[in-house]
Amino acid sequence: MELLKLIGVVIVVIGFILKKDTIATVVLAGIATGLVAGKTPVEILDILGKAFVSQRLATLFVLTLPVIGVCERYGLKDKAVDLISKAKGATTGRVISIYLGIRSLASAFSVRLGGHPQFVRPIVNPMAQAAAVVRYGDLDEKTEDDIKGYSAASENFGNFFAQNCFMGASGTMLIVTTLVEQGVEVNALQIAMMSIPIAVIAFVVGVIHNHLLDKKLNKRFQQVAQEEQK
Amino acid sequence: MTTNEIIAEVFYCMIGIIFVLVGVKALRDGGMKRRISTALFWFILGFTFIAGPYLPYWVTGIAVVAIAVITATGGVKQSKSDDPKPEETRKVADKMGYKVFIPVLCLAIFAVLAASFLPFGASNAIGISAVAALIVLFLVTKAPVKATVSDGTRLMDNVGPVGILPQLLAALGALFTAAGVGDVIAKGVSAIIPQGSRFIAVAVYCIGMALFTAIMGNGFAAFSVITVGIALPFLIMQGANPVVVGALGLTAGYCGTLCTPMAANFNIMPTALLETKDKYVIIKSQLPVAAVLLVVHIFLMYFLAF
Repeated sequence: MELLKLIGVVIVVIGFILKKDTIATVVLAGIATGLVAGKTPVEILDILGKAFVSQRLATLFVLTLPVIGVCERYGLKDKAVDLISKAKGATTGRVISIYLGIRSLASAFSVRLGGHPQFVRPIVNPMAQAAAVVRYGDLDEKTEDDIKGYSAASENFGNFFAQNCFMGASGTMLIVTTLVEQGVEVNALQIAMMSIPIAVIAFVVGVIHNHLLDKKLNKRFQQVAQEEQK
Repeated sequence: MTTNEIIAEVFYCMIGIIFVLVGVKALRDGGMKRRISTALFWFILGFTFIAGPYLPYWVTGIAVVAIAVITATGGVKQSKSDDPKPEETRKVADKMGYKVFIPVLCLAIFAVLAASFLPFGASNAIGISAVAALIVLFLVTKAPVKATVSDGTRLMDNVGPVGILPQLLAALGALFTAAGVGDVIAKGVSAIIPQGSRFIAVAVYCIGMALFTAIMGNGFAAFSVITVGIALPFLIMQGANPVVVGALGLTAGYCGTLCTPMAANFNIMPTALLETKDKYVIIKSQLPVAAVLLVVHIFLMYFLAF
């Protein structure tokens, strides 16, 4: 019964799909896998405990929290807001691209900007909407939605693809520990450096995407204007 | 123990102490629900970090099962934190200016420098940079020492139990290996990867990562399964550079995150926050970028890894 060994994978998939508690899901998957493979409970606890102890480095990001926490108290997020606010006067696409750049850099330096609630809703989206109103006048609901979608997307692009450039990021350490656990020697510096190309490419692709939004809006409102003239 | 291992243990003790302090914070918060179980969670976790290597491993195994039981029963809540108020941070920010970025930049830069030029290893470099950045922090902000405790525990509490997920997933990977799960997946996948076709192997791994991440809504979980099952036998064992495969593997998974409502906190919840008419507008605007980036991942991994 080879396939039975996949029970752990099945548990992880179902547990995450059903939004069950992630930690309990993972531990349950581990225990089930061990049992199916014919390990005794003590053997399973031994393997689990040994790997948990030897992979504590995956949690090294905790050491960076005091510095970041205190900087927040001293205005880290406020200054990031100031930086973004300098984008006044830019087109909608450019406003969003500037945020994408700042978000990518912040992410690469492990600054937790707080994303959608703290930046996209109160700052990026209003600025991007305002830029469109200046150019095109009143916006229809579809356009408003589009701008909101692009603003929120840039938060995700910057966050996802740049975060592993930081050596202590939990994603970086996950890659290191997963490979080391399999006997492949890699370290955090190597992974962080190798994460730079895709961070840069993602930024460039995002900027092009935002530029195309500007084009799309230009076209959409040109048509509206033409129809009104007729 | 070697010098590097001793340094590492010192850092793990510091992490353990932070966990214990989060527990203490919970205990002190008389008004919070599930106070005792929350504190217990953080104490047990702190205990495994500090004492883990000196005990029989099954003891840590039991501790891991115990914290899983606590989180499964909803036993871990956030206790009251001294959150910085917007008016206060605004005032300090105006006085401090962009200087406030310096300690944070130091965190990343010192880590790279310490890993490159000090003989203590890349993992210890992260701890060393954290300590060095802390010193810079005091110089720049003149913050009281106790602020590091209250703000450090505040952020740790914000992150919550899910912060140990990467470590747990690595442990899950160990159990998968012991049980031979990777071999079973590899056998199944070998049907679609022709012998010796590196490009198809790269494509299967990247697309598999994106697909699994989209299904589960979590790139970390997908990474531990798909990397052991596909990347190890079909890429790394075939001579692919593991650094390239690992680094691009996880971000290939994130292309899947961009496409899925399963990653609700990134793709769905913000639509409520932004009051959009269309619930899927974020995913729709992300789809073209996700597709382009996935193709980029495949080619980049192929050309850089071999």
